[in-house]
Amino acid sequence: MTARDDILDAARGGAAAAVELPVVPDFCSAPADLVDLFIAALARLDGKAISQPPSGIPHWLSTVFPGTHRVYSAVSEVTGTVDGAEFDDWGAPADIDITVVRTPLGVAETGSILLTEKEIEVSTAAVLAEHLVVLLDPSDIVENLHRAYRNPAFQEASYAVLLSGPSGSADIGGVTIHPAQGVTTLTVVLSPRQSSDVAHQ
Amino acid sequence: MKAVDQARNAQAFLEDEAHQQPFDTLIWGLRERRDAAAREVEEWEELRTLASQIKQHTLANLAHYLELFEARATANGATVHWARDAHEHNQIVLDILNSHGASRLVKSKSMLTEECELRPFLEQRGIQVTETDLGERIQQLDDQPPTHIVGPAFQKTPDDVAKLFHKVYGSDPSQADPVYLGRVMREHTRPLILQADAGMTGANFAVADTGAIVTVTNEGNADLSANVPKLRISSVGIEKIIPGTDELAVFIRLLTRSATGERITQYTSHFAKPRAGGEMHIVLVDNGRTARLSDERFWPSLKCIRCGACMNTCPVYRRSGGLSYGATYMGPIGMIMMPATDVGRYRELPFASTINGSCSNVCPVHINIHEQIYEWRSVMDDTGQFSATKKTAMKIAGKLLSHPTAYRAAAKGGAVALRLLPHFALYNRLNAWGRHRDLPQTPKETFHQWYTRTRGADQQKQTRP
Repeated sequence: MTARDDILDAARGGAAAAVELPVVPDFCSAPADLVDLFIAALARLDGKAISQPPSGIPHWLSTVFPGTHRVYSAVSEVTGTVDGAEFDDWGAPADIDITVVRTPLGVAETGSILLTEKEIEVSTAAVLAEHLVVLLDPSDIVENLHRAYRNPAFQEASYAVLLSGPSGSADIGGVTIHPAQGVTTLTVVLSPRQSSDVAHQ
Repeated sequence: MKAVDQARNAQAFLEDEAHQQPFDTLIWGLRERRDAAAREVEEWEELRTLASQIKQHTLANLAHYLELFEARATANGATVHWARDAHEHNQIVLDILNSHGASRLVKSKSMLTEECELRPFLEQRGIQVTETDLGERIQQLDDQPPTHIVGPAFQKTPDDVAKLFHKVYGSDPSQADPVYLGRVMREHTRPLILQADAGMTGANFAVADTGAIVTVTNEGNADLSANVPKLRISSVGIEKIIPGTDELAVFIRLLTRSATGERITQYTSHFAKPRAGGEMHIVLVDNGRTARLSDERFWPSLKCIRCGACMNTCPVYRRSGGLSYGATYMGPIGMIMMPATDVGRYRELPFASTINGSCSNVCPVHINIHEQIYEWRSVMDDTGQFSATKKTAMKIAGKLLSHPTAYRAAAKGGAVALRLLPHFALYNRLNAWGRHRDLPQTPKETFHQWYTRTRGADQQKQTRP
């Protein structure tokens, strides 16, 4: 008997009484302003949300992150200084100053944004960079995690991450610090998708 | 192996006020934050009921969901392995590493790998293992096990960490600012992540419908451990399986709120397929889980989602410290899991409790923890695990508590003693309670005396059933 056989056989002899799988409601209450809720939730874990800068995102980047040289952009709105093709291995983005990416989904309940390999092929560029800037169309914000998990990405993607703040830890004396191993700052720019971008349903 | 003397370990921690006080404050703070987070969610109790039902349904159909998960994960391009016990698990991991010529492994936090004692097993066989979770890494550097399932280094003060980092990294020992210490860790651990041959994660959940492993971290270290190296291994306890993403939403909403009071962690990550150019291995581990599943009394412990809420609320844990249990899992959940692994070594754990029920009260998946702690006490008696002292003490207590006249005399005598005895006679080595607390003020008469005096002997007879 293989380990697989042994374990499955043993699992069939369990004492837990059979119960129906409950249907999970979506608990939506259709609140008035999802954007405000999203911004407040993101701030809880020290993420920041800003409106579309009138001077344009590239100019905003240069004023908020002065002196940064290595910018990896996965969006048409920003021209990066680093080509993703340079990443010969997935540790290569470790010296990136800023990664800019667009997300197809925001979650008001938790201030989360979704990234998969569709948005950023070498996903470590969104974790190893010093700063992460995420463009989010406000109309892509859903109310809560029940709605979020209906997004097809969770059925189709190789890797899907709900990011809700910059990397942090409270392991030393319960005091929250940033960063731990990931990005030092996370900024979400509330920026409507350009008409040429494909909308993710 | 000798039985863990949790009470004696706890006493040592209690006397170390410089550590015990901040620890109690920190841990109780997590309980308060959990309460605030739960109050914000109108449907909180409904979520708990759903979570409990989902877990019970899954455990009652565990073989089906394991097969479904395996089929989906395999179709996704992952390789699924099965391990009956800790040794098989460790050997499978070693074989995967050896067959790829991998000798530098980075891993994110996994209580399952602690349970299997994977790290010493691999290190003895030439594999360099680096924990990437900050708390786990601190404990690894100090050669100590985790003290809490969510914050492995919670028992250390920032000063302790500063001294440790000075010893290991040569950093400034007087600089105990957690921001500075975090930077020291990042500078030293990042290179190890980038140079790793293989990365390992545990699993907070494994989704049968999608074949995905789900990790929940604040740091993003699971994402780096899993995605930087080409070779990825995930260790999964078989009880981590849940049916699908509708169910996953329930658990993600409950987990972090129960653990730390936040709504979610910074990185909630779903790994369904190997990364481009990479390989993914999943090791499904039993290690006593099916044995627990077959036990009518104790199978509900398998519903556990490792939030730590039970230990955060437990007054004994907060005063004892996590290391006092001498076990992989500590606090209330540890008390009902560990004896199943070694009833002799952990025979005292079920007695490290006042059976106040607070743990069951906060458990997001409705495990009847305090009832199981009590059941384990019966098991200890039935299997002859009581020490001679405990047997004698229980006999005396049994006689006293079953004879109302003797009990009332003792209660009255005790109250008089508390009022009249000098301080040194009350607060001494023999008075365990009084070692760290002031004894209560005693009223002039017991409740029974008051009732008899005010309601009369006749009325007293009438109230008896």
